[in-house]
Amino acid sequence: MCHQTVCLVARHLEAHGIPTLALGAARDILEAGRPPRAAFVDYPLGHTAGKPFDRADQRSVIAGALRGFDTIGDPGGLVVLPNQWGDDAWRTEATSTEARDTRQPRDETPQWQLPADREAARAAGLEV
Amino acid sequence: MTVNYMETIRRRYEQLGYTPYRWYVADDAPPWQALDKPLSQARLGLLSTSGAYAVGQRAYHYKDDTSIRAIPSATPPADIRFSHITENYLVDAKRDPETIFPLDTLRELRDEGVIGELADEVYSCMGGVYSQRRVREETAPAVLAACQRQRIDCALLVAM
Repeated sequence: MCHQTVCLVARHLEAHGIPTLALGAARDILEAGRPPRAAFVDYPLGHTAGKPFDRADQRSVIAGALRGFDTIGDPGGLVVLPNQWGDDAWRTEATSTEARDTRQPRDETPQWQLPADREAARAAGLEV
Repeated sequence: MTVNYMETIRRRYEQLGYTPYRWYVADDAPPWQALDKPLSQARLGLLSTSGAYAVGQRAYHYKDDTSIRAIPSATPPADIRFSHITENYLVDAKRDPETIFPLDTLRELRDEGVIGELADEVYSCMGGVYSQRRVREETAPAVLAACQRQRIDCALLVAM
């Protein structure tokens, strides 16, 4: 869904004169949504900007994606980044079609990562 | 093998008895705006759909929250938080935000001259919005207006 949102927003920005590059980890959703420029990294969802605590990998993913601004010359072009996650165990989980819904309940109140975040927002003058 | 998410999710929901989700499938060529300068001279903007917010800002809610947050680009990773309908993908990001929200990485690339400038503020949204109409009518125009205020030359959009 996030990839779909990125495709829709990228097209909107580009149509209004802002060149965009969409970096994603779900190749099929990028290919369906056809943003103007795309970079695909074959990592588990939630790690689109590189491996956790691996700054060299994070830099390589982001710099590699940004090179797409120079190398993609046609609308809808997609570059595949060479980065490898290494362990493929995550793919079993990601391709499981077992009847499971891992989403959160569809609440309409702010869902704070930490309770202290609510206090910080209140201190900043927000009504929460 | 590359994961086919659309097919996997369709089959998962089918077994749960849900109505199949109608994914956006572009039936037209994407728009195109050439970047008229090298990246090393360009002012770059960022949008992350990870539901990132900075300490002191309002968290997102899970049901089709189409709002955006403007996060000052000097914000340290320790002050980045997340709220997103698919919290299960954020376990690592909550320990190292850079795995999904590459603000520090972009600052480094700017300091080294790979990028000319980074916008003063970058943007996030909670990308798990089911209504494509609401993304088009609410999120996309809000991001565009914010990017125009920042006078960016180009934007990196990072999907979660």
